[in-house]
Amino acid sequence: MTVQLVRDDLLPPADPPPRRHLISIGDLTREDVTRLLATAHSFERSLEREMKKLPTLRGRTVVNLFFESSTRTSSSFELAAKRLSADVMSVKSSGSSVDKGESLKDTALTLAAYDPDVIVIRHPQIGAPTLVSRLTAAHVVNAGDGKHQHPTQALLDLYTIEQNVGPAEGLHVAIVGDVLHSRVARSNIQALTLMGARVTLVGPPALIPRGIETMGCEVSTDIAAIGSADVVYVLRMQRERMEAGENYVPSLREYTARWGVTPARLRPGQKVMHPGPMNRGVEIDPVVADSVDALIETQVRAGLVVRMAVLYDLLTHGPVEVKSEATQEVA
Amino acid sequence: MLFGREGHDDLVVRSARVIDPAQGIDDLLDVRVDRGVITDLGLNVSPNGHRVVEGRGLVLAPAFVDPHVHLRTPGREDEETVASGTAAAAAGGFCAILAMPNTEPVVDSAAVLGSLIDTAREEAEVPVGFLAAITRGQRGEELSEMAELADAGAAGFSDDGRPVVAPGLMRRALQYHAITGRRVAVHCEEPTLSRSGQMHEGPVSAELGLAGYPSVAESVMVGRDLALAAHETQPIHLLHLSARESVDELRRAQAAGVRATGEATPHHLVLTDEAVRSLDPNLKMNPPLRGDDDRAALVAAVRDGTISVIATDHAPHAAHEKDVPFEEAPFGVTGLETAFAALNTHLVGTGLLTLPTLLARMSTGPARAYGLEPPRIEKGARANLVLLDPEASWRVGEDGFRSRSQNSWLLGETLRGKVRLTVADGRVVFEAA
Repeated sequence: MTVQLVRDDLLPPADPPPRRHLISIGDLTREDVTRLLATAHSFERSLEREMKKLPTLRGRTVVNLFFESSTRTSSSFELAAKRLSADVMSVKSSGSSVDKGESLKDTALTLAAYDPDVIVIRHPQIGAPTLVSRLTAAHVVNAGDGKHQHPTQALLDLYTIEQNVGPAEGLHVAIVGDVLHSRVARSNIQALTLMGARVTLVGPPALIPRGIETMGCEVSTDIAAIGSADVVYVLRMQRERMEAGENYVPSLREYTARWGVTPARLRPGQKVMHPGPMNRGVEIDPVVADSVDALIETQVRAGLVVRMAVLYDLLTHGPVEVKSEATQEVA
Repeated sequence: MLFGREGHDDLVVRSARVIDPAQGIDDLLDVRVDRGVITDLGLNVSPNGHRVVEGRGLVLAPAFVDPHVHLRTPGREDEETVASGTAAAAAGGFCAILAMPNTEPVVDSAAVLGSLIDTAREEAEVPVGFLAAITRGQRGEELSEMAELADAGAAGFSDDGRPVVAPGLMRRALQYHAITGRRVAVHCEEPTLSRSGQMHEGPVSAELGLAGYPSVAESVMVGRDLALAAHETQPIHLLHLSARESVDELRRAQAAGVRATGEATPHHLVLTDEAVRSLDPNLKMNPPLRGDDDRAALVAAVRDGTISVIATDHAPHAAHEKDVPFEEAPFGVTGLETAFAALNTHLVGTGLLTLPTLLARMSTGPARAYGLEPPRIEKGARANLVLLDPEASWRVGEDGFRSRSQNSWLLGETLRGKVRLTVADGRVVFEAA
């Protein structure tokens, strides 16, 4: 009778070492969010200078590991790291060993051999960043894992709201569309409620997951519920998810007729946000997307400073230096 | 119906608290085993020159029967073999196990079954019974040759891992029970409701974004299968129940006279979907961990006997298959080596269940559900005994596992309750170091 010995890495350590990751908005306190947004704001000024690069993370290594196509998130993480003078390595699943059938574990261990300080990961499967955080010593930043979380998106959305509408506390935000398949919605619900906003989810019954109101939001299937919102946050309708005979809604046409965000359904002054990429004419009317009340491009710009703040915060443990730097600039 | 290595030992267990709930025994007694048979039970039993095991402070009970084990043989011997799985069973205090037929190839022919029985005779540490598939290839299309399989030694029939989707086919399988006399055991899951569900549908899945597998996906199938069993007046066994609604259906059917038995696993009796927040692939199983009221309903049903069977659903997986993101991981966790300790700690230790009830549900209950002779502590009976230390603490994984796989949902947890000695079919098959 042979006894199979347990590999050490399978047994959790008695006291897990303190190491900070950003995998879920749930990892953050209200104070953390306030600090991150303040840091992001201070970086805004540094970007106005002619010399946009800060020396802050010189000698640090950031690995971007993208297993899903992405334009805005991957470019914004890459630029954020470069603006802070970190060495950046971007690995995409296509054209890498992943094409040859390498597991996420082996890819992570291979990259960990370079001792990166941060691994930014986007992956189609829930739990991928959690797995990488168990396997490597790097700080792990979740750039989107399946339908679970996309915390930096929620932080940049919050930043956009605070800069353009006002403090989140007491604001009413309506999130419209396919909440079921949306990591953006989950992170935003957590971030907005954490900061004291009132959140209402609006969409077809099959696309609002059962039990989600326990996250502290309200739920409605009636598009009229966006009427009282200060901000209308429109989610992307993922066509591939709607067309495979899944019957979440009978058709995209019916979705648009019933839940599309159109000029007629908005009040003047109501701000409109969208995480992109948009399906114009499906979840959002082109007139709405191009209106002065749309903050969609502002969101993209906010992505850069917010991701700079996230990298900075993880690698320098707090806001002290940024404050002194901001002070220096003012002086 | 059970096959394993032959042998017998001589032994005296002295001054243990002997608990055999089925016979109403709960007393400090000595037990003597001669050539594998219990020959004396009482005070100051003469050792007859046999080896004496001190039982003071320990509990001696009928050994456990696990009717729901995946031995992964044939096909995935890297995950488990008959030898390793039965060694794990011995260490867990089991004197008999039943293996599920969802192997590669599926156990759906007398040839595959025969070769497994031969293997068991050579290498099984504790006797094993093999269930055969209800449908060929477990594809849910045509019945396997159930009468021939029964003659060849099948212990029962199951498509475990999958439901028999077509009600007409399920009805035929139950009708065939009249020929085979071997229990039909069903995995209740309505696939258009469970879809590609990763965890229980509820607030936690809503928050995590994992696809939900609602309770009703199980309970509508439980309702259907009980209705078919009632219509055919044949017995039926419901595997690994997880939802309160399923328990309610089972209780109603039993009250109406349906010969239905139900089973619950240690993980469903101890954990809820809250545990899945860790995204640890060792908390991914089918059926999924459900809500707290489901767990409470299962515990209550185990207590009142509506659920008479505790089964581990021991499902070994290779480390590289579980070292992946939660969503990619296969369903299933191991359980043979931790079942008693987990339930002693979390149900007996918390006052939810008495020790005698736990012992009955792990031994007599499973044996009866499949028509096996229940292990018992009685003069003249074959010795199937487990010696337990209900107070000893240990950390799961600290001494390794006898199973070839390590995907335990309890890895690293400290539990109370240790198996000291297991006697299966008259043979000492395990002794703690």
